[in-house]
Amino acid sequence: MRILRDQPPVAGDDPFQLVNGRVHEVEGKGRVGFALFHAARSAGPIFWIVLAHDRNRPMPGALPEGVAERLHLVEARNETDLLWAVEETLRAPPVALVIAAPEKPTSLTAGRRLQLAAEAGGTTGLLLIQEGRGSNAAETRWSCDPLPGPQDSTRHRWCLNKNKKGTLGTYDVSWNGTTAADHLVAQAGERHQPEEPPG
Amino acid sequence: MPLADARAICPALSTRTADPEGEGRALEALRRWASRYGPYAAKDGSDGLIVDVSGVAHLFGGETDLLWDLSARLERARIESNSAIAETRGAAWALARRGGGVIPEGSLLASLSPMPVSALRIGPEVAEGLTRLGLHRIADLISVPRAPLARRFGAELLRRLDQALGIQAEPVAAEADPPQFGVRMTLPEPIGLTADVMGILDRLLIRLCDKLASAQMGARAVRLELRRVDRSAAVVEVGLARAMRDPVRISALFRKGVDEVDAGFGIDGMRLSASVTEPLAPEQLKDVQIGNGKARQEDELSDLLSRIGNRLGFDAVQRFLPASSRIPERSFLTVPAAYAAAEPFPSRRRPRRPVTIFPPEPLAGVSGNPPARFSWRRMGFTTLRAQGPERITPEWWFDDPAWRSGVRDYWRIETREGPRLWLFRTPQAASVFGDWYAQGVFL
Repeated sequence: MRILRDQPPVAGDDPFQLVNGRVHEVEGKGRVGFALFHAARSAGPIFWIVLAHDRNRPMPGALPEGVAERLHLVEARNETDLLWAVEETLRAPPVALVIAAPEKPTSLTAGRRLQLAAEAGGTTGLLLIQEGRGSNAAETRWSCDPLPGPQDSTRHRWCLNKNKKGTLGTYDVSWNGTTAADHLVAQAGERHQPEEPPG
Repeated sequence: MPLADARAICPALSTRTADPEGEGRALEALRRWASRYGPYAAKDGSDGLIVDVSGVAHLFGGETDLLWDLSARLERARIESNSAIAETRGAAWALARRGGGVIPEGSLLASLSPMPVSALRIGPEVAEGLTRLGLHRIADLISVPRAPLARRFGAELLRRLDQALGIQAEPVAAEADPPQFGVRMTLPEPIGLTADVMGILDRLLIRLCDKLASAQMGARAVRLELRRVDRSAAVVEVGLARAMRDPVRISALFRKGVDEVDAGFGIDGMRLSASVTEPLAPEQLKDVQIGNGKARQEDELSDLLSRIGNRLGFDAVQRFLPASSRIPERSFLTVPAAYAAAEPFPSRRRPRRPVTIFPPEPLAGVSGNPPARFSWRRMGFTTLRAQGPERITPEWWFDDPAWRSGVRDYWRIETREGPRLWLFRTPQAASVFGDWYAQGVFL
């Protein structure tokens, strides 16, 4: 991954590090890519919880290396079961990352319960939400969209719209899912270069 | 007689294939039932049961009454049977096949003597040979010198004769019953509080898990029956993601189900059984405090799978396994995570595949080939770059309704709006611009 531009200066090494033991939200057309980015960086079992009637499913053969064998796909019959499953998995310490795709907006109570569960289990949660259906309890909220880029590049714009413990920011990254997690951080030094206009 | 000959004699003959396995199972079930008449019950050949009723008959009111009780019960179950009681196993075998009844003590020789020699559990050729010599009945056989008989027909004949007459002992070799994983407790006073039920459940679980441990088995499903005072019963069943026999971890899974049970006027009996079991070898004791974090993590993960499986169903938690197929939908297998271990996926980067896949969705407003402009999910797109086509042909050995339309040309389309989509068209379709579908989204 190369970070091509970041508008506000970011404290710390890695702007994309999600705080552990909290639940985060991501919206936009590129939200699955953002979730996979974090799945590739995590170590341990990953739970992906979807509604049974949701037709969008991850395709294991194309996921970043090492993700497909750690992935557990949970099919929930309805929204309540989905939230229950998210809470249960967040509470389990061995789970590294919980990705869930609810359809309805999460209420403040539900959002807070998820935060408490994540704190209890020390796991990270990432909700793939529809546009504008987030909960106030979320630690951070990202808006991710794919960008058209030059030949042989996969560009994404990852905007940090809400952050309870830090600054916001917009990042244009190029990540195609092949590189391993630790490799990403090492190359982050190039972030202050000006971006080439998209071709 | 071959079936064709039998049909020629009787055209209306109805035939059924023999099912020795099923018959064996039925006989085994009958054997377990027959152990109510004596401690040693064993199968005798493929069509008989032998029970040692020494010292038992008085409990049923005598041997005749025992026999009557047996045949009455079997008749009620619509099982046709012949039964006999005798001092020796050979005599009982002979009498059961010749009308049945009871040979009273002391009259063994008198009862056996008039029977034909074929009643001695010998092969038909031996019986035929004896008949040819004029030895028709057992009485004839007893009076003949033994040595020439043994020389001519082998020691087997004399052994059978001795066994029938009680000269040689023949014990009933009852098989060991398979271990039964069930425990129960009857309470002197009815209870109704969840905490009380859980307390008794914990005590039952310890006993059940001891039983499982001694048989080196682990439970995959545990069933709890709560018997109420008014003779009705409530059943709570939990499944386990992994074979286990740890009372504390199984007890935690029961809490929700026990909470929902209506105690009625009170519960005065509980029965706990492991309804599905699997072999589970003994494991080295794990010191949770010191370390072995990996094993503990696995335990916690399987507990999580059990919890989710008991609420959403064990099929709802899935895991992906690699499969070798070029068809995108079948390039992986989706299996319940509780019943399959993880397998690493081969790292294959080309050809490129989308990270999200869904059933084909038709595109609207397509212009150009590959499309320069189209709309999908009510969003308009303009093509920036197109890669393809990659032709995938259906697997002829596998009839998939979704692939009946024939070969597909897949394109990776980068749009000016951002999303990179996986589109395909069926080139053999009639129209030039129609029949474009979207099936996936790239990273």
